[in-house]
Amino acid sequence: MTTITPELVAEHGLTPEEYGRIKRLLNREPSFVELGIFSVMWSEHCSYKSTRIHLRKLPTKAPWVLQGPGENAGVVDIGDGDACIFKMESHNHPSFIEPYQGAATGVGGIMRDVFTMGARPIAMMNALRFGEPSHPKTRHLVSGVVSGIGGYGNCMGVPTVGGEVNFHASYNGNILVNAMCVGLARRDKIFLSAAKGAGNPVVYIGSKTGRDGIHGATMASAEFSEDSEEKRPTVQVGDPFTEKLLLEACLELMATDAIIAIQDMGAAGLTSSSAEMADKGGSGIELDLDRVPQREVGMSAYDMMLSESQERMLAVLKPGREAEAEAIFRKWELDFAVIGITTDTRRLVVKHRGEIVADMPVNALSDEAPLYERPLSRRPPATGTPSYDASRPVLASLKKILAAPDMCSRRWVWEQYDYTVMADTVQIPGGDAAVVRVHNTQKALAISTDVTPRYCKADPYEGAKQAVAEAWRNLTAVGATPLAVTDNLNYGNPQKPEIMGEIVAGIDGIGAACRALDFPVIGGNCSLYNETNGEAILPTPTIGGVGLINNVARMATIAFKRAGDAVILVGDTKGHLGQSIYLRESEGREEGPCPPVDLATEKRTGDFVRRLVADGRVDTVHDVSDGGVLVAVAEMALAGDIGADIGIAGAAEAIPFFFGEDQGRYLLTASPKEADRIEGELRAAGIVHAIIGKTIAEELLRVEREGEVTLAELRRAHEGWFPNYMAGEEVPATN
Amino acid sequence: MKSAVIVFPASNCDRDAAVALEQMTGTRPHMVWHQQSELPDVDLVVLPGGFSYGDYLRSGAMASQSAVMQAVKAHAERGGAVLGICNGFQVLTESHLLPGALMKNAELKFVCRPVSMTVEETQNAFTRKYAHGQRVRFPVAHGDGNYYADEETLNRLEGEGRVVFRYVEGDNPNGSSRNIAGILSEKRNVLGLMPHPERVVDPLLGGTDGRGLFESLIETLA
Repeated sequence: MTTITPELVAEHGLTPEEYGRIKRLLNREPSFVELGIFSVMWSEHCSYKSTRIHLRKLPTKAPWVLQGPGENAGVVDIGDGDACIFKMESHNHPSFIEPYQGAATGVGGIMRDVFTMGARPIAMMNALRFGEPSHPKTRHLVSGVVSGIGGYGNCMGVPTVGGEVNFHASYNGNILVNAMCVGLARRDKIFLSAAKGAGNPVVYIGSKTGRDGIHGATMASAEFSEDSEEKRPTVQVGDPFTEKLLLEACLELMATDAIIAIQDMGAAGLTSSSAEMADKGGSGIELDLDRVPQREVGMSAYDMMLSESQERMLAVLKPGREAEAEAIFRKWELDFAVIGITTDTRRLVVKHRGEIVADMPVNALSDEAPLYERPLSRRPPATGTPSYDASRPVLASLKKILAAPDMCSRRWVWEQYDYTVMADTVQIPGGDAAVVRVHNTQKALAISTDVTPRYCKADPYEGAKQAVAEAWRNLTAVGATPLAVTDNLNYGNPQKPEIMGEIVAGIDGIGAACRALDFPVIGGNCSLYNETNGEAILPTPTIGGVGLINNVARMATIAFKRAGDAVILVGDTKGHLGQSIYLRESEGREEGPCPPVDLATEKRTGDFVRRLVADGRVDTVHDVSDGGVLVAVAEMALAGDIGADIGIAGAAEAIPFFFGEDQGRYLLTASPKEADRIEGELRAAGIVHAIIGKTIAEELLRVEREGEVTLAELRRAHEGWFPNYMAGEEVPATN
Repeated sequence: MKSAVIVFPASNCDRDAAVALEQMTGTRPHMVWHQQSELPDVDLVVLPGGFSYGDYLRSGAMASQSAVMQAVKAHAERGGAVLGICNGFQVLTESHLLPGALMKNAELKFVCRPVSMTVEETQNAFTRKYAHGQRVRFPVAHGDGNYYADEETLNRLEGEGRVVFRYVEGDNPNGSSRNIAGILSEKRNVLGLMPHPERVVDPLLGGTDGRGLFESLIETLA
């Protein structure tokens, strides 16, 4: 019998006060196994103890939301009896320690969250943040994470269709890997995790349990230090082959009506899946660990309860259906074992070698978990108007920006992902949003992940608002009606008031934008303690948005389609250079306020643009974001291999006009005649706009008073940086 | 045309192949689980893309030992058509239905992108609807597509007109010997290729260059 000492409690990431609370809840000292179970269930990762109070403020409802936060993933109705299930989740700490396996198992974990609800995953996205390119570990981490994502997703046969890659020194010691999975199900065949009823068999399916990943959730709830790499043994190892079998076997079982509840074993494995299922079902669960399929001999109850071995699921079946279910899993050559039974005691009871090793009330692990309203301090947002050197040539700056680490083509990354498997990808990576068709229909789902962490650093509230607005805008730009978001909140240590201030401001910003844009939050994940040696990452609330296109024949892409079209800039350009890419890349400064988002104008403008696409009047749209108008024009020209002749609207200064990052703007093209009509309608709607030029047959970009540059030259700049950097040829640019 | 798609554990383009076959032929193919030792009565057997057995050991190596492969070999020996795409091509070389081997891509990375190829041979069931020398663009998506065979075998493949698809010079995604993308068996009834024709039969997905392959099969086998 292990004696519980204060040191042991501390090693489990529990405070003395939390340990006192455990003793009160149990009316006794916990056993070693119970201590382990409490430590993971009460970890920040599993309990959201620092954020739960604030997350309640988020809007989570809409008529089309079938399932909001609280399940494995959120669900929205997409018509015709179809439902879309999606979620984003981080795997930051493991990916820094062991990039390939960390990223791979992040992909595997989020896929299980989606298919455990009855959905077939149809698309993956990844939002990645790395340290500065010149940091000695960055190349290794990029290479490992990208091949890990590809290695897992490609084998699963689910297309990885987009995401983000950013570099910033604040991630030098703590990269971010946020993976999002989108799946499809019939709305009347959605599976939940509530283990209702007593006397039902609890079955274990998938891979065997090993000693890998023990205390992963606890690790994910602590800061990093110099010796973090010694934590490599807490990183799990992924087996996408088994996961593919598990996916097919689960969907086959789900086609029957044998399942009462099912949940994947993710963070905190057997512990969290059994406790959460019992909690949601208002039942109890009794587990017999001797029946758990084990990879090695001599595993203790503690090991088994805390193992994070991958590719495992826990299900509650209707009594008498075990043989039918077992036959399916045997066919797919997976382990299947009845390891317990549901009870009406509301207790989690764990037996091992004939002894009861844990016996605790379920609500002690869930409702009674600590909840903190941590002290916070709000930093005033950055202010001022940054200066700039007006004499810098615009086209040289454009070339420099297109080749900047944060702005260059990500082809090197996404060509390692199978983005066309499943034969439904209608917009591949590189556009505003990825678009995948709903199989066998004319409908399609648009997906985008967004956040601009430097904005969030300057102003955690406005920056978070902007992240939501940008996701909404990207979906709108392809012609989709935005439906809902999943949020992945990556921040530093919540026990520091200034970080807690960032978190709360971020949640408030997300809430404000989601309410104004009718874009509810249906699930998400908090990743806190993203710090190394006391230094926090930039606040990074990643937003994953999903939208619906009713007729896939009517969608827009960013590529210029024809010469002779008018290029219309929709939205107001004030020339906001604060926190802009221009300021950073050309002037070498990250300063000033981030651009504000006027949510009412955002909505009005977006709704207008979306209608043009849905009515089949416009097929070319690009949202104007990082880098500003001229960068957006260049991206459209490069994507379509068609040039453009561009000027300044009104009497604006060239640099703020071309590179300012004012929000709520789109570029679109139309024939001159159609453009006339659109202008009239924009005027009538009171939406600020200007025709800033036209597309031309020559493959070059001509800018009024600045001269011209060939698309070939821009393409070399845009495509060159990533492969050269990864090959180690490029002297890394710092940012 | 009656067809069957073999499903190995972790095949993942089995549905894509079935959808393309149904779209092109109007008939749904049989989906045949790898443990079956007999094939239904079909004209064409498709070994689809994917990661059979996780590509553990070597791509295609474990699938080549599946029960169904005996039946596929018998089908091929009888002169039946067999099409192996991507992982299916790897299974065919591992089963010795086609010569050579598919090694790790020269750049050691998975690669997914459209590639341009020329149709080098049209005197066979798979490509007769293409023009000789026609340029086509199919996507590739693989980590082990680097075709290798010894010089003697390569010379023989070339001499017998068995190199059906060749990457256009400068667009070889994997380092394959002599830019080889797809080859025929000696009896010309087994075709293996790395690029994915089934992903380019629908204009919404970026092209229809793959249709010719299915149209050829229909004309020959229907």
